[in-house]
Amino acid sequence: MADNFPELVDTRGLRFAIDDGFSWIVANYGDTFERLLMPLLKLLSGMETFLQWLPWYVTIAVIAALTWSAARSVKATAGAVVMLLLIGSLGLWNDAMATVALMLAATVVAVVIGIPLGILMARSDGLRALALPLLDIMQTLPIFVYLIPFVMLFGPGKIPAILATVFFAIPPVIRLTDLGIRQVDGEVVEAIVAFGATPGQKLVKVQIPLALPTIMAGINQTTMMALSMVVIASMIGAGGLGYQVLQGIQRLEVSRGLLSGIAIVFLAVIFDRIAQSYGRRAQKHLATGE
Amino acid sequence: MTASEVKIQVDKVYKIFGPRADGALIALSEGAGKAEVLQKTGCVVGLNNIDFSIRNGETFVIMGLSGSGKSTLIRHFNRLIEPTAGRILVDGRNIMEMDAKALLAFRRNGMSMVFQRFGLLPHQTVLENTICGPILQGVNRREAVERGMEQLELVGLKGFENRFPRQLSGGMQQRVGLARALATQADVLLMDEAFSALDPLIKSDMQEQLKDIQARLKKTIVFITHDLDEALHLGDRIAILKDGELRQVGTGEEILFRPADDYVERFVRKVDLSRALYAHEAVTKVPVLSRAEATPERFAVLLRDHPGVVVVDGEASHVLTRGRGGDAVPAASIDAGSAIGQCFPLLAAHDALIVTQGGAVAGILTREMAFKALARSARAA
Repeated sequence: MADNFPELVDTRGLRFAIDDGFSWIVANYGDTFERLLMPLLKLLSGMETFLQWLPWYVTIAVIAALTWSAARSVKATAGAVVMLLLIGSLGLWNDAMATVALMLAATVVAVVIGIPLGILMARSDGLRALALPLLDIMQTLPIFVYLIPFVMLFGPGKIPAILATVFFAIPPVIRLTDLGIRQVDGEVVEAIVAFGATPGQKLVKVQIPLALPTIMAGINQTTMMALSMVVIASMIGAGGLGYQVLQGIQRLEVSRGLLSGIAIVFLAVIFDRIAQSYGRRAQKHLATGE
Repeated sequence: MTASEVKIQVDKVYKIFGPRADGALIALSEGAGKAEVLQKTGCVVGLNNIDFSIRNGETFVIMGLSGSGKSTLIRHFNRLIEPTAGRILVDGRNIMEMDAKALLAFRRNGMSMVFQRFGLLPHQTVLENTICGPILQGVNRREAVERGMEQLELVGLKGFENRFPRQLSGGMQQRVGLARALATQADVLLMDEAFSALDPLIKSDMQEQLKDIQARLKKTIVFITHDLDEALHLGDRIAILKDGELRQVGTGEEILFRPADDYVERFVRKVDLSRALYAHEAVTKVPVLSRAEATPERFAVLLRDHPGVVVVDGEASHVLTRGRGGDAVPAASIDAGSAIGQCFPLLAAHDALIVTQGGAVAGILTREMAFKALARSARAA
C-alpha cells in the first residue's frame, strides 16, 4: 500500500476507555439490569410457552379469524391457513411459534414505548430535531454493532435478543406516530380546542383517532422489521426459525436454511396482510371526502 | 353605546409574528409601516392597533381580503391566538388574564365557532359532532343528545344524525358545524369565513338560515368574510380590515355611501346595490282603505295626490295605481326588510307590491320606485 491514511490520533486510548467504561457498567450494574428486565423475559417465555402449548389447530383457527376480521377476504384467509399448514408439515411448528413469540413480544414492547415517544415528538419541534437523526442512526447502524453491548450485559440469551429486536424495530412506529399526528387536519384540531378541549382530550378525541391509519402503517413496518431481526437475533440465542437458518449455514445444509427461510416468509406474509388490512379499514373510515 | 351594550371590546390589540416582537412594537409606535417593520426586525405585523367594540346581539362582520388579518383577529376572541399587546374584554372581563382553567371554561361556555372548512371530526357521526360542545361542558349524555337533536332539527338535518360527515354535501356539513356551535348555547358565535367554501346557491340559503336563526336567538355573531355582498347582507355593522389595520367600522349604509378612505371606496365600488338596498328604503307611503271605503270616486280623489291606493279586505290586499282604471287588483306583498334585488321577480309580474312591516302595510313599491332608489344610491356611491 502506497499511502496509508496518516494516524492523526491514537484511537487505542479512546477504545480502551469505551471498553473499560462498559465493562465497569457490566460488572457493577449487570445484575441490576438483568433484574429490571426480568418481566420482559417472563413476557417472552410466557408467550413462547403458551403458543407452543396451544394445539396447532387452535392457533391456525385464531390466526384465520384474525385475517378474516381484518381483510374480510376468503382468499387471504385461506392463504393464511394453507401457509400455516405448510409450516407445520415442514416440521417447523415449534420453531415458528418461538419466532412468532419473539416477534410479538418485541412488537408489543416497541409499540408501548414507541407510540408515546412519537406523541411527544409531535408535540415538540425541539425533541423532533433531536430524535430524527437518532432514529436515522438507529436504522442505519449495522445491527451487529448493538448486539455486542447487549450480549456483554446479559450474556447470550433471550433478553439481549428481544432488546436488540426492539431497538431495531422501534424507529418506524415512532416516526409514523409523529408524522400521523402532525398530518392531522389543523382545522379539526383547532375546532376541538375552540370548543374547550384540554390537551389530553385533543389527543385522545382527535389526534390519535385521525392519525391511526398512519400509526397502523408504523406498527406494520415495526412488525416486519422485528420478524426480519429474528433471524439475526438467533445468533445470540433467541432460538426459533432463525436458529434453523443459522444451523443451515453452519452445517452447510441448504435444505434446512431454505425450508426455514420459506417458513419465515410465510409468517411475514400472514402478519403483513393482517396489519395492512387493519390499517386500510381504519383509513376507509376516516376518508373525509371534500 | 353604554357599557352594558358592549359584548366584546377589542382594546389596542397588536399581533406581531416573529422572534423580535418587542422591537417591532417599538418600531410601530414610532410610526413605521408594515413593510419597514418587516425589513428592520424581520417580524410580520399581523394586527396593528385594532380598537373597536361589538354590541350585544348584533351581527358584526369583519371583512377584508386574504392577508388582511381577519382570521387572525377572530382567533383572538377565544385566544386560539394570543395578542402581542392589548386587551380583549368579553362582558367586561379581560380574557387575557384568564388562567388555563378559566380559559377552558370560557371556551366551553362563552363562545362557539364555525370554521371555513367545517372542522368536523370525520370519525364521528353528525350527532356526535353536534354534541361535542355540550359533552365538553360536562352535560350528561342524555341531555346533550336532546340538545343536539334540537339543533339538528333547527338547521334542517333531522334524519341525518347517524351519517358521517363525508356522506354529506358541503352545505350540509356546514349546517352540522352551525348546529355544533349552537348546541353549546354560548352567547357569542364566531364564524370564520363560514360560507366561503360553499356554492353560491347554498351560500345564500345558509345566509338566510343564519338570519332566521339570529332573529330567533339574538346571539352576538362575529362573522368573517371577504365577500362584501355577504357582509352587507348579514352585518348590522361592518369593519373593514386591510394589512392588519382597521380602515372603517360602520353600518352597511355608512360603508357604502360614506367610505372612510380610498381603499374602502374602491372596495365598495363594485357592490351589487340591489342586494344592499332594502325595500323600506324605496317604499312610498300610500293611503290604506277598507273594502267598504273603496269607491271609484274616492279612488279618483286619492290618486290625484298619491301614486297608488291599497285596499285591505280581510286577509287579502289589493292595490290600484295611478293611470290604471277600474278596481284595485290583488297584489303580492313583501317584507320591508327584503333586498330590492329579491323583489325583482315579483315586480316583473305585478305593477306594484305591498310592503309590510311587522304585518302592517307600510306602503307600496313599484318598478319606478325601485329603479329610482337604485339610481339614487348609485350616484351617492
